[in-house]
Amino acid sequence: MSTDAAKLILLNEADNVLVAMGPIGPGVVTLPDGRSVEMPAQVTLGHKIAATAISEGALIVKYGMPIGVATQDIAAGAHVHVHNVASRYTATNYRVEDSGVAYE
Amino acid sequence: MSEVWQGYLRQDGRKGIRNVVAVAYLVECAHFVASKITAKFPDQEVHLIGFPGCFPNDYSQRMMEQLCTHPNVGAVLLVSLGCESFNRAKLAKVIADSGRPVETLVIQKAGGSAATIAKGCAFVSDAMAQLATVPRVEMAVSDLIVGTICGGSDGTSGISGNPAAGRAFDQLVAKGARCIFEETGELIGCEDVMAERAVTPELGEELRRAITKAAQYYDVLGVGSFAAGNATGGLTTIEEKSLGAYVKSGDSPISGIIKPGDVPPKTGLYLMDVVPDGDVRFGFPNISDNAEIVEMIASGAHLTLFVTGRGSVVGSALSPVIKICANPDTYRALEGDMDINAGAIIEGMRSLDEVASDIVDAICSTAAGQATASEALGHQEFILTYKSFEPIGPACLPAR
Repeated sequence: MSTDAAKLILLNEADNVLVAMGPIGPGVVTLPDGRSVEMPAQVTLGHKIAATAISEGALIVKYGMPIGVATQDIAAGAHVHVHNVASRYTATNYRVEDSGVAYE
Repeated sequence: MSEVWQGYLRQDGRKGIRNVVAVAYLVECAHFVASKITAKFPDQEVHLIGFPGCFPNDYSQRMMEQLCTHPNVGAVLLVSLGCESFNRAKLAKVIADSGRPVETLVIQKAGGSAATIAKGCAFVSDAMAQLATVPRVEMAVSDLIVGTICGGSDGTSGISGNPAAGRAFDQLVAKGARCIFEETGELIGCEDVMAERAVTPELGEELRRAITKAAQYYDVLGVGSFAAGNATGGLTTIEEKSLGAYVKSGDSPISGIIKPGDVPPKTGLYLMDVVPDGDVRFGFPNISDNAEIVEMIASGAHLTLFVTGRGSVVGSALSPVIKICANPDTYRALEGDMDINAGAIIEGMRSLDEVASDIVDAICSTAAGQATASEALGHQEFILTYKSFEPIGPACLPAR
């Protein structure tokens, strides 16, 4: 296993996102299941990337539970965050400049 | 780590882990005078609490009654301006009936600021001498009420700090403690899994109702219980924040729902419903983490576990706060403010169970008198604002 895989964890088998355990990317990284994906941008500790391609309107699943809906198609390896996910309850309050989203 | 220690026995039979003189202002206009009194006793167990509003509010009256008769509190000085609406006579009677020394100073009758400060300091000095002779009593984990909150959450909170706190809660409940988790506005999306843990189906329905109420309340406000820093740390939606927060409740069955100021009646795990009842009237349910800690204390929490990712530094008046840092980078940056390094889980240095045991050990040593990081630094945050609640329904405490 490469060091990349150790930095991305799958919290639940049902999840379609991986959580970064430290800064990782950009570039080709190895996922915990051995697949390789291209990360277009760096993400930092606690942020998520798509484990597989996620279509607009699909649920984002973390901890085995839905945490929101994709607002656009998300490629495998891309940062999954406030710029491409919406809550199904109340809108997320954030500051664009320090939301951790790199413009990809 | 010894799981038995010497606590403080109050005349009403309650057992405390601290021996505090509370100085309470009953309107913002008396805040400065009250703070000058507490400032004369630095690094001693003299803590400032109070309610700033001039207009009557049943919630804040009850909160002050519960706080002033908390088991960690041994004596109380009430500081009133004089013309505010707060029912100081009723509060003083509740405190006196609990067997605690209490004095009310009304600034308008006592001769103004300087005279009130002098009289207040004299009372506090006498009260501290009396508290030095409060009988000690053996306490164990089964005597404790422990609250948990999280604040400054980030993408690590739900992976390290909150699940470790949840496992500590499971150990505490197994040892007979009463444990409280809260912030129904941060359990949105968890209602189905949570309802399945209720000890009765009727309680499960009440749990769902509490979360629905929270979602509707925040919908009217137009903003969820989600701060900009949560997104900086990788949290994307309120559901994601909620699921991370929910795990700090552990796996025990849920024995009941309480509202702020209700004391859990027996061993078990309780949800505190912190969102006001009725129309949206007084703004945000809890304007900051400190308001949540104060509500935990009003429900009898001897100490509160506070899981943080971004890095809160707060403590509290009256009851110790044990800070559990979920994020290893934050721990390194703010080590002097933290009690437990749950970030070690992220780095693969410690397991969840090891950190859960560290938390239980920290609870026992704190209860035995060791200062937490925030206590040693002198933190005594306190905030109480307007809210309104209906009493809990009969299905909320099935085992009472």
